[in-house]
Amino acid sequence: MSLLHRDLLLHWVLRIFALLASLIVGLIAIFLIVESFPVLNHVGLLAFFSDASWHPTEQLFNLLPMLWASLMVVVGALILSIPLSLLSALFCEFYAPTRLAVIYRRIIELLAGIPSVIYGFWGLVVLVPIIASIEAPGTSLLAGILVLSFMILPTLTLFAITAFHNISQQQIANSMALGISKAGFICHVILPLARPALLAGTVLQTGRAIGETMALLMVCGNVVQTPSHLFEPMRTLTSNIALEMAYAMDDHRSALFVSGFILLLIVIGLVILSNLLVKEPNDTHTV
Amino acid sequence: MKKNVLFLIGLALLVPLVIILSSEENPTSVSQTSKALQGKLIITGSSTIAPLAQEMAKQFESSYPNVRVDVQTGGSSRGISDVRRSLTHIGMVSRQLKASEQDLTAHKIAMDGVTLIVHQQNPVTQLTDDQIRAMYTGKFSNWTDLGGTDNPITVINKAEGRSTLEVFLGYFGLKNQQIKPDIVIGDNEQAIKLVAQNPHAIAYVSIGTGEYSQQHGVPIKLLAINGIAASSHNVNQATFPITRELNFITHGIPNKLSLAFIEFAQSPATFPLIKAQSFVPLTP
Amino acid sequence: MIPTQFNKTTPWRDKLLATSAWLAAAIVSLFFIWLLSDILWHGIQRLSWDFLTSDPLDAGRSGGIGPIIVSTLLILTICLVVAIPIGLGCAIYLAEYAQQAHPASLRYIRGSLDVLASMPSIVLGLFGSAFFCILLGFGFSILSGGLTLACMVLPLLIRTAEQGLRDVAHEHRTSAAALGLSRYSTLLHIIIPAAAPAIMVGIVLSVGRALAETAALIYTAGYVTRMPESIFDSGRTLSIHIYDLSMNVPGGNSTSYGSALVLIILLLFINISTAWLNEKYFTRKFKHA
Repeated sequence: MSLLHRDLLLHWVLRIFALLASLIVGLIAIFLIVESFPVLNHVGLLAFFSDASWHPTEQLFNLLPMLWASLMVVVGALILSIPLSLLSALFCEFYAPTRLAVIYRRIIELLAGIPSVIYGFWGLVVLVPIIASIEAPGTSLLAGILVLSFMILPTLTLFAITAFHNISQQQIANSMALGISKAGFICHVILPLARPALLAGTVLQTGRAIGETMALLMVCGNVVQTPSHLFEPMRTLTSNIALEMAYAMDDHRSALFVSGFILLLIVIGLVILSNLLVKEPNDTHTV
Repeated sequence: MKKNVLFLIGLALLVPLVIILSSEENPTSVSQTSKALQGKLIITGSSTIAPLAQEMAKQFESSYPNVRVDVQTGGSSRGISDVRRSLTHIGMVSRQLKASEQDLTAHKIAMDGVTLIVHQQNPVTQLTDDQIRAMYTGKFSNWTDLGGTDNPITVINKAEGRSTLEVFLGYFGLKNQQIKPDIVIGDNEQAIKLVAQNPHAIAYVSIGTGEYSQQHGVPIKLLAINGIAASSHNVNQATFPITRELNFITHGIPNKLSLAFIEFAQSPATFPLIKAQSFVPLTP
Repeated sequence: MIPTQFNKTTPWRDKLLATSAWLAAAIVSLFFIWLLSDILWHGIQRLSWDFLTSDPLDAGRSGGIGPIIVSTLLILTICLVVAIPIGLGCAIYLAEYAQQAHPASLRYIRGSLDVLASMPSIVLGLFGSAFFCILLGFGFSILSGGLTLACMVLPLLIRTAEQGLRDVAHEHRTSAAALGLSRYSTLLHIIIPAAAPAIMVGIVLSVGRALAETAALIYTAGYVTRMPESIFDSGRTLSIHIYDLSMNVPGGNSTSYGSALVLIILLLFINISTAWLNEKYFTRKFKHA
């Protein structure tokens, strides 16, 4: 085979591989839509937001309590972990002595790799009894928030560390020359410049948090209700699919695919948002 | 670098293969006494029956070494649907077949009951129908309402689609919408584990699964209902109020292997297995 | 680095920020120590060679996790065997042929990979179960599980591999062209070997990601604890075992701790390999710069 032919063949083979990789998401979307179709046909989309409750065997398909629950647990986790991760990253990058910073970073990297199942297991065995002693039943929104925030904390911190490091390299000389204090440097130089990258990272982690299934299945109690206070048990959209899928038939199963499709749409929205945030040009700030 | 990488990948692929090949049974070295029964049998359905089916499968496989029996859970409804679509050979259903399911054949293999369980330390030992209804619909929320200690009741309910839930609701004449649970669980075992950990929790499970766990040291106790103790003995005598049949179901004409397995399951050879799981074998 | 020396003239703002930073780090470290020591303490009581090789008994309360480790390795192998060619191919396409491609198709490829990367694992499990188990007829099997994991791991692999390929100095490509090498040869003999450490890092990261996966596998690979005899058999991975034991098996907590410890040790090993490979990569980069 001539060189030219071999290269052409290679180009086509690579094109096919790339196509395969990118088709997966399309396939997933198609499957979700196809499987959702039966129940949407029988019951209509509005039922998913206006029915009395979620009791699929009685033809009631209201997803709102679980949507709210998913939202609340993610927002709660973000409230807890964003400040902690920012401060941790600041610690690692600016306040820790080098040796300590390296060890701390290794700890965070290890934490980031721990499977969600282990966090869920630990939450179930250690956290839930502690919460139960404050107020029964222990499996609650609070347990979910705590476990989820500990799960997204490490990756957020790593993101922030990378962002801070890059900016700090660029700006440190100027700031020292101007005699800015450390806090001033952090508050007025690093943080504003890091904002787009931090936002993008946060949005991505939010997507991951919304998609979290196992750990929340283990510690939240799985009762379908919009939680009115921290100690109430609740069920997220993802845990619902995991819990009921195996035993669901016909319309019930179809309804679960609808909730899966809604999750997909939320994730797509978050990815688009994150991409828009990253595009914001940094050049206006560089010297 | 590339050669090292390839070598490492090759090694990683070899290791599990070696482990598998070394532990695989060699079918040709089997004795001549086994009949020509061979193949794979797939059984899916109720998670209540699954442990029993698993034990039966093991014993069946030891008599017929060329046969593999795979037991998977999925709920009674899944058992019915899978058998109808020929995805499995035998379905496990932990209730009677409904009128709409008469296209299937039920082969009863045992009887079981459903009762409530609490932690061993809980002073309550029996409940009436009305008390149970009140607890599950949220009217009673403290154990003092039932003669127990001053603690809130943690009510555990089963997720939709499980036949144990259907049996429970059917007997007490409740709809799932009326139930106000504190925790919702999936499988029987999960309820047992939760009750064993929480002295103020209450849940309902199959008597077979409950008794089995109790005998194996799990700190739960089965409550009597309306004065009748929840034991496999009472289920056998048909004196216990909430009972249900455990069935293997097939669709159309089952194949030779399925027939053999069902015959085995209904034979007295499995009685000790059934009793070991605390279900009640059917005596002729 | 701007020095931090507190004296009488240091504004309160600096002190506050410094204290908060140290406090945050202390909280995170304490949590880490709490979690890890709990697992270490309970898990190590169960660890032994027997534990790692024998079959589970009594629904997993006693006995070991031998078949489960084998199933985990098998699923991982299938995942990598499928994901590496496709992932590498796609990464090469994105890194080398991007200029010749239609910009819209590039945007589509990257966009769909981004979405795939953030996909909730349970939705992927749903897809895997509908596509691999039912449509393609593989049923609950190690094959279905491995294929689903491959879908999950692909974006990560592509991202890292593409980065590695882009980082290869452009002079390599231009020198090769000057020598009259075909693109195919350039790729095979020059670019890919140069990017190999980064690609290895990507593979290792993917393994770590795959090991942690549970939700995608419960509806594709099944629950069976028996030693698998073929890839069409159902099998259980370490993470599913931990889940099942902690939720459904009273008295199963101790085995769960043991399995969790094994999993963490595996991940630690992967973490260390990544760090080691990264260092190797950077020194290599400077050699060629």
